[in-house]
Amino acid sequence: MLVLGLLVVSLSAASDQFLTAGNLTSLLNNNAVNVIWAVGLLVVLIAGGIDISFAVAASVVQYAAVSVFEALGGGNWLIGFAVAGVLGVALGFVNASLIHGFRIITIVVTIATFNAFFGLLMFFTKGRFIYNLPDWWTTRVVLWEHQSADGRWAELNLPVLVTLVCVVLTWVLIRHTTLGRQLYAFGDNPDGAARAGVSVALMQFVAFGWMGLMAGIGGLMQVNITQEVVPNALIGRELDVLAAVVLGGARLGGGRGTVVGCVLGVLLVAVTQNGLNLLGVSPFAFKMIIGAIILLAISTSNLSVRRPGRRRP
Amino acid sequence: MEAATVAVPAVRLRHVSKVFGGVRALDDLDFEVGQGEVHCLAGENGCGKSTLIKIVTGVHTPEPGAEIELFGESVQGMTPLEARARGIAVIWQDLALFPEMSVAENIAFDTLVGARPRRVSHARLRTLAQEALASLGISIELDEPVSTLPIAKRQIVAIARALVGDARLIFMDEPTSSLTQTETDRLLEIVRRLSATGVAIVFVSHRLAEVIDVASRVTVVRDGRLVGVHDTADMTTSRLTELMTGQNFDQSIRSRDLSTATVMLEVTRLTRKGEYEDVTLRIRRGEVLGLTGLIGAGRTELAHTLFGMTRADSGGMSLDGKPVELDSNRDAMRVGIAYVSEDRLSLGLIQQQSIADNIVLPVLPRLSSPSGLLSRRRIGDTVARWVRELSIRIGRPEHAVSTLSGGNQQRVVLSKWLTTEPRLLILDCPTVGVDVGARAGVFDIVQRLADQGLAILLISDEVSEVYFNADRVLHMAGGRIVGDYLPGEITLESLESRIYA
Amino acid sequence: MKSLFKSELIKSELTLLIIVLCGVIVLFSVGTPQFLTLGNFGSIAFQLPALGLLTLAMLAPILSGGLNLAIVYTANLSGLTLAWVLISFGGPDAGPLAFALGSIAAIAVGALSGLVMGLVIAYVGAHPILVSLAMMIFLRGLGEFLTRGGDISGFPEYLRPIGHGSILGVPIPLLLFLGVAALWHVLLAHTRHGAAVYMIGSNIRASEYSGVHTRRTLTLIYTLSGVLCALAGILMLTRFNSVRVGHGEALLLITVLACFLGGVDPFGGFGRVLPVVLALIILQSVSSGLNLLGANQHLSTAVWGLLLIGVMMLRHLAGRFNHLKKFFHLKKVNHFKQGK
Repeated sequence: MLVLGLLVVSLSAASDQFLTAGNLTSLLNNNAVNVIWAVGLLVVLIAGGIDISFAVAASVVQYAAVSVFEALGGGNWLIGFAVAGVLGVALGFVNASLIHGFRIITIVVTIATFNAFFGLLMFFTKGRFIYNLPDWWTTRVVLWEHQSADGRWAELNLPVLVTLVCVVLTWVLIRHTTLGRQLYAFGDNPDGAARAGVSVALMQFVAFGWMGLMAGIGGLMQVNITQEVVPNALIGRELDVLAAVVLGGARLGGGRGTVVGCVLGVLLVAVTQNGLNLLGVSPFAFKMIIGAIILLAISTSNLSVRRPGRRRP
Repeated sequence: MEAATVAVPAVRLRHVSKVFGGVRALDDLDFEVGQGEVHCLAGENGCGKSTLIKIVTGVHTPEPGAEIELFGESVQGMTPLEARARGIAVIWQDLALFPEMSVAENIAFDTLVGARPRRVSHARLRTLAQEALASLGISIELDEPVSTLPIAKRQIVAIARALVGDARLIFMDEPTSSLTQTETDRLLEIVRRLSATGVAIVFVSHRLAEVIDVASRVTVVRDGRLVGVHDTADMTTSRLTELMTGQNFDQSIRSRDLSTATVMLEVTRLTRKGEYEDVTLRIRRGEVLGLTGLIGAGRTELAHTLFGMTRADSGGMSLDGKPVELDSNRDAMRVGIAYVSEDRLSLGLIQQQSIADNIVLPVLPRLSSPSGLLSRRRIGDTVARWVRELSIRIGRPEHAVSTLSGGNQQRVVLSKWLTTEPRLLILDCPTVGVDVGARAGVFDIVQRLADQGLAILLISDEVSEVYFNADRVLHMAGGRIVGDYLPGEITLESLESRIYA
Repeated sequence: MKSLFKSELIKSELTLLIIVLCGVIVLFSVGTPQFLTLGNFGSIAFQLPALGLLTLAMLAPILSGGLNLAIVYTANLSGLTLAWVLISFGGPDAGPLAFALGSIAAIAVGALSGLVMGLVIAYVGAHPILVSLAMMIFLRGLGEFLTRGGDISGFPEYLRPIGHGSILGVPIPLLLFLGVAALWHVLLAHTRHGAAVYMIGSNIRASEYSGVHTRRTLTLIYTLSGVLCALAGILMLTRFNSVRVGHGEALLLITVLACFLGGVDPFGGFGRVLPVVLALIILQSVSSGLNLLGANQHLSTAVWGLLLIGVMMLRHLAGRFNHLKKFFHLKKVNHFKQGK
């Protein structure tokens, strides 16, 4: 959190555009999807697993949703959420059943489903872009807007609200429901949890199901932001989201992580990117700097915490 | 129909058998524990104690023909959840706690289990935890993660957890193995307290003296069969050992006068803040120096420094007359110091790998051919030699070490360290997890090694072990050497009383 | 090194793989007449080495209980280094000396990135997945930054034979790969370092206690992994006559697949080079076959994913079956103590 504060201060000093309402709101709008995905991934990490297939899953949900809406002849937000949610959860369950049913480690399963989903998606859709989308889906819903002195508009859109809801729901899940606490326990000591009566299968399905739900909703909102469905628009962001969640305090071995930390992690990465952008740094440098930051972060955070006998997530 | 005057036993098992793939783990066993009774379950490793516990707690189902009664009710095909619902709880040796979660959550964890998601009130968790701790007479910070607690407090948390689950019968598996004497006393106090409130406790412990002290009856199991149920009032540890192993052990003092032998290890005023202080000792060639004391006395910490894993703050160490400075355990191994650690299962051996690989691991550099590659022949020869010399019963050297019994595994550990041709061998609690019957074999090896000129530091929690097997015994307490005894000049009883004072 | 029932398990493992290979060949021969041609086998032989080197780079980290997700980008970055040197010396006119220099530089780059990862994993204790992930992101970013995401091409003609030539009918890249594979086998099975890798994979603390220099070994594992990636990168440059940062992204999955198909234990501690090489041949044949069948590139990607899932499922089921077998065998030998 300290780092974020420092960043904000230094950036606002460095660029006069940073601390403007316009910039900040666009920052929030554009990173809404990442935050949604991040809280989903957080749950998986807490349960001791890892998932890198969610971005692809989101793409699959997008395409599938288009077909569903066409079949229904339209639709609205309610239906949209329901469809995206169900599809997302279904894909999450695929992961969970492989992990639980065949005792395969999560990274291997999600690498596999990543490729399987993506390959099949591209094959069946032939990679076509879809611009012809239902109006309700693509119309920008403005929740708040403000025109600043120099005539520029700042606005907060629907995705931000949805993000907030997702964040709060996740927070409730992991802090205030028995299932959520079981997830922590399971990530912390899976053997002990099993002996205490926690259902291992339930844990996997809840964790990956939640991730799937978030993936689907994230995909849904992405269309609202970009007004188009493009097959490989979402791929590649999974690692950034993972990095952000880990920066926010979640641990690969499970048992740790908070929603607040998670959100801050995403914001940190977003602010860094935004700042570099405003400072005129080449966009190609983003990834490099992010990667370096993560390396530094894990190095320093791990120096104080050495865990012998780590688990394979 | 039960007569009103006869109290219903907490658990009664009759004709319980359990077969695992052709191995009869339990054979027509009867077992009974009264309500509020403190009972001991005694037997060697592998005798079936764990299987018995798992049957009572619903993890395993017994063979047909078994009768299980819990609190007067006959049960069939029980599941773990059901067993817990009926008030049976187990505290396994590894405690099964969640280190990252708070004390309160760990204690009240039972209320968090269940497939239906329910709202969690953290305040309620704390109240439940508070109550449980109060009934035990202990207070612990509720919001701290369990990982910050020492073992003794973690055990309290585990017991509190069983209580929140309304346990009426609690199995405790080796609860005192990592506790200091004061902590053990406190635990036994809690056990008595619980017993007074009507909660039955079944102890599984190899600390026979403790068990006889706190339990009212003991069930002895050997090779899956019931040997007998005895009152502890007239029981002695040696009689109990006899019952458990079926053998009689005659122990004689080894202690010999070696004051003329050359000094191998000399430690002068070794100090490490917070661990041990001003330690001075001498071990001669061919001598077995016993080091005993209560847990927390600093013995293992001292051993770690002697083995190069930690550095002392001040003081010196010399081997065979030459001062040594050790930066790592590799340095120690290079000068001829070997250390058999207490934790054989996860530190002493690599369980999944083969016996051969485990034995030669420390000396691979010496088993290379001129080309720099490992010589299979030399490895094979080395392994064969030690298997022969230490009479290790193995199938084939390629088999995983995990296939061996505890006693044989310990011999593998010993042979592994002996391949390094050490001049000083440090043994830290070498008989933990080794059957009483196999222990004599281990000490025979130790004596032989000493006779061959090795200097040996024998650290043990059991005073009798050092008493009978060492030439001299040092008593360490609070990080300092506080006593130096010759077994020939003091009785075991008076030595024990000084140590447990 | 060895594990339970070494000779039986390993023989059965190899025979199983050979059967699978024959099955694959039959399947594709039926599917397309072009499969059973010399040209096809030649193509397999030429394409295998780069994948093979990357797989070997993935092998040791998995054996030690970790994972190296950065292999592809390490390879490409090393290739970039070589490209840069060549271009500085005149591009297509650069002499062999430039190539030698560039190769050394490339290997150095690969080793360096592996070294950094190894140091962080060994001395800081960070999780290999995370560290290699971070390195992957960093290298990708670095590469994209330097190349603006484009291709670099224009290399000397004499490189062609290396990537496309043969000696006595055996493709040069294949010779290189087989040589490295043989070296790798010797390293893992017959040296102290190799023994240490396996022990660390099974139990790092116990290894440390037994005198294994675990930190040094871990660092070396990842450094060598980086070197192998560099070799792969150099090879890819000679084969495609161009370098791109994102080249071969899909190969990561295939290397993991090859390792698991080749019997490597996902948790570390067990696995050998020969079965992995066999697995590679199988996978490369599948890739060729799919190509010849005209399968869409994306379909191939999906196939790899599904194959990985399939292999893991089979391993699990086979493991359960094996466990039962072991159970009964050990009962006879009577060294097994039940009860705990």
